[in-house]
Amino acid sequence: MRAVGLTTLRGYRRMAVTSRLAIGASALLLLILASAAVSLSLGPVSIPASHVASIVLSSLGFDAVGFGNTERLVIEQIRLPRILVGTVVGVALGVAGATMQGLFRNPMADPGIIGVSAGGALGAVVAIATGMAGLFFLALPTLAFIGAMAASFLVYGIAAVGGRFSMATLLLAGVAVNAFLGAIVSAIIILLPDNEALREILFWLAGGLDSRSWEHVRISAPLILGGAAVILLMARDLNLLMLGDDEARSMGVRVGMARVALLAAASLVTGAAVAVSGTIAFVGLVTPHILRLLIGPDHRVLIPMSALGGAVFVTMADTVARTIIQPAEFRVGILTAFVGAPFFILLLIRNKRQVQSL
Amino acid sequence: MNGDRPQALSAEGLSYSVETQTLLDSVHLHAEQGRFVGLIGPNGAGKSTLLRALSGMLRHQHGAVLLEGTDLRSMSSRDVAASMALVSQIAPYTHGFTSFELVLMGRYPHLGRFQIEGREDNRIARDAMRQTDTERFADRTLDTLSGGERQRVFVSRALAQQPRILLLDEPTSNLDVFHQLKVLDLVRQLVNEGLTAIAAIHDLHMAARYCDRLVLLSDGGVLAEGRPEEVLTPEAIESAFGVRCAVYPDPITGTLAISLIGPADVHASPAEEVPAIARGVEP
Repeated sequence: MRAVGLTTLRGYRRMAVTSRLAIGASALLLLILASAAVSLSLGPVSIPASHVASIVLSSLGFDAVGFGNTERLVIEQIRLPRILVGTVVGVALGVAGATMQGLFRNPMADPGIIGVSAGGALGAVVAIATGMAGLFFLALPTLAFIGAMAASFLVYGIAAVGGRFSMATLLLAGVAVNAFLGAIVSAIIILLPDNEALREILFWLAGGLDSRSWEHVRISAPLILGGAAVILLMARDLNLLMLGDDEARSMGVRVGMARVALLAAASLVTGAAVAVSGTIAFVGLVTPHILRLLIGPDHRVLIPMSALGGAVFVTMADTVARTIIQPAEFRVGILTAFVGAPFFILLLIRNKRQVQSL
Repeated sequence: MNGDRPQALSAEGLSYSVETQTLLDSVHLHAEQGRFVGLIGPNGAGKSTLLRALSGMLRHQHGAVLLEGTDLRSMSSRDVAASMALVSQIAPYTHGFTSFELVLMGRYPHLGRFQIEGREDNRIARDAMRQTDTERFADRTLDTLSGGERQRVFVSRALAQQPRILLLDEPTSNLDVFHQLKVLDLVRQLVNEGLTAIAAIHDLHMAARYCDRLVLLSDGGVLAEGRPEEVLTPEAIESAFGVRCAVYPDPITGTLAISLIGPADVHASPAEEVPAIARGVEP
């Protein structure tokens, strides 16, 4: 199956980076636009496609009529920001997943490996448990972001103890910090007297995009797009790093600098995503992996494609999540795990040989 | 050997140790431009460590490596890579990259951060693959190639780097005799065109045949250094490898041939046997 995939795409892999990117990116962009269009019209208030088109046109400043004011509000203030948050979160998870898998030279690596998700969860839980989240709208994303960054710095700090940075220690430190922060979160949940806050925490931990506003887009998009741009500029360094530190160094890569920059950008991006959406599982793991099988491991193509692929995955999953059990809503984080976990098991079985050799 | 050739790469008193183990012990080495220098010596003598030190990979070494007179430590890794390439002994895991993609990576030190490979880079990579006879694997991923095929692809990548100095760690260890000769002929030809090559070579006969100078390493130090016939004496080989042997000009190729007689430890057979053969007398 894999061999067939490679033969059909052999012509693709032989193309220049720019052509590969143009073809792949246009395909995924079309998918994003299509899924956004579907997502905009679906929901408790069903809005016909023609109305959606008119509303989008009129928001862009064109003269368009034929829609109700409620429809316009639903699209502009509820569905569009939600789709945009889903898009940037998907970009973040896809890019960070591809970066982590490259840095760890392991297709099983996930953005959460460096403690960002656990740190973000702790920040969010603190915001909810102390009641700050209710008082001040941005308290939750801000604390979640601070928690995510602090956790990843802690993990790097442990990996860099003694002046010699080691990726193996980083991995183990990530496991330990994740477990430790998870324990604190569990302790807070158990000790919490307030049932309403408890429900809110569980809700947040499942990861979701409900009631996201333009404010959420504004705080996350610049961080995510900025971090993704840094990673994209270092995509070639990442290619060489995959072959090993010595190989990369002998070809001129400043290994230490490149790795720190890539790790920092990946945690920034993931931290910003966690802050606005909670932990959406498996997107960062699965997206780069599927794309790598299709388009090869060259990060100059894989990074932007994982960005778009992650956006497709999250927005589609969210559309399903919020329409599948109407009028109630399913959490997107549950849905991605529901699809992602079986896929992960499949990967484990397929890559058994590879994993054993690590 | 005329002394007016500039020094391409030299090591000045290189020492390196890990914990209490001394891997390199004040090694001096001088490679003149347009020469092929062979590093020989038993397992663990320090050949790979010396190559790593010469390529600037060891961080806590003592002494200096001078690349065309400039201390390696004062150069950026990019500038070093633009003038010097390394083919490692242990080919890394390649994660599904195709041969051509890997060879193209050799262009890294010549490209700016915002640049992507152009037509010229593609041509250089294709040429490099043609030189090692690997063109027909261009679109295959490296994990589908044999050890020897992979090794030649990695030599191509080093060539695509267009270095003035080429470091090779056992470049022929996985190759069949045909490709051993092809690869070493290629290095020899590039050296004749002005490249400087330093290679760790296991096979003493091949080392003698292709190199201008040999450096015999033992226990991290230089035991002998000079032209092949100066270095490859039965005494030096016995002292470095613990093997008794005869060295004589190969009647067919004219280069030095080495016949291994046996390990030197146990009761040696009559000593006069060796010099007789070494003079080229047929037994």
